Amino acid sequence: MSGGLHLKVVTPTRVVVDAEVDSVTLPGALGALGILPGHTPLLSALRIGELEYRQGVHEHFLAIQWGFVEVQDDRVTVLADAAELPGEIDVAAAQADKREAEEAMRTAGGEEFNVQRAKLQAAVTRLAVAARV
Amino acid sequence: MPNTLDLRRRIRSVKSTQQITKAMKMVAAARLRRAQSRIMEARPYAASMEAVLRSLAARVPSRKHPLLEEREERSITLVTVTGDKGLCGAFNANVLREALNLLRSERWPAVQLVLVGRKGIDFCKVRGIKPVATYAELMGRITPESAFSLARDLTTRFVEGTTDAVYLLSNRFRSIIRQEVTLHRLLPIPRADIAGEASLTGYVYEPNPAALLDDLLPRHVEFQVLRALLSSQAAEQAARMTAMDAASKNAGEMIDKLTLTYNRVRQASITKELIEIVSGAQALGER
Repeated sequence: MSGGLHLKVVTPTRVVVDAEVDSVTLPGALGALGILPGHTPLLSALRIGELEYRQGVHEHFLAIQWGFVEVQDDRVTVLADAAELPGEIDVAAAQADKREAEEAMRTAGGEEFNVQRAKLQAAVTRLAVAARV
Repeated sequence: MPNTLDLRRRIRSVKSTQQITKAMKMVAAARLRRAQSRIMEARPYAASMEAVLRSLAARVPSRKHPLLEEREERSITLVTVTGDKGLCGAFNANVLREALNLLRSERWPAVQLVLVGRKGIDFCKVRGIKPVATYAELMGRITPESAFSLARDLTTRFVEGTTDAVYLLSNRFRSIIRQEVTLHRLLPIPRADIAGEASLTGYVYEPNPAALLDDLLPRHVEFQVLRALLSSQAAEQAARMTAMDAASKNAGEMIDKLTLTYNRVRQASITKELIEIVSGAQALGER
């Protein structure tokens, strides 16, 4: 296959991105994954984090939360629980989430701590992505 | 002979009823479109998810995963999905009738009922059937989060051994004029749902296939619940639309019939009055 990658980001409620791109960077479960055309077939779990893709000189960002990525024949399919474009992120809500989670983490223990940490990560990622605009 | 005033009142009352049924039909049509588009939007995710799951399950053969564990079905959980409102034909009644049949049937010794939707909850309250859990708020606004949390509750019941299987009983949207009550086994995940061919070779798995499968299976369950709820919602709106269309038509027929009677009565009274005048005049002239 020649040319670029076909990136598709889908969530249970919609298709967020369906486009030809040059490269994709993902928050893989074992560390960041950079994907260029000709990548070997891959199936990986994803963490909360930023997804970045490049079209020519344009860089785009998405805040994604958990999910999977499948790479095959230069097709990159991301199955995410949630994916937000920078313009869709409610900064105030993310900041409120961040504060709440930080507060809760001070007192929480065990399982609850992990839940709150995930919430904090999600909020921080959303803020970072929103700041990219 | 009915009098004209009463007839006029009847016609007016039927007309206003017809306006309401017409409006409800329009609202149902708009909601149906929205519900249908939500189903369509979930489809790419469903397709990708299924493909990944099948290829992965084939790579990890004969795995003993808690969600795949088949046990003898001594005690099962039946999740009954109804709507929150009536006026949608036999939509709710169909599901509830089937639920009653299953409760009475010999297929399972013990059935624990989980009710989703207000109509089902009311129905069981009236009949004194005790559910183990109810979700009244769910159908009003279906979000992935709320559907997933229902799925997690069900998964917990199954994994902890409170129940040996979880079945979903709901209306599935087939087309605008057809809804189907279906019984689908949610847990343990039917093998057929994930059976596939290990045609993909040379894949890199991160972290590893088994861990990925462990992660994917609960998500599959969550997503199945979401789809069932969305389908039921679309089916409900379609049923309501059909019911309200029929009601509007019936009201129209009734108005026609009443108008005909009204005109007849009016004509008859005019004729009667004329006869009285004419015969009165004749009586005067003869004198």
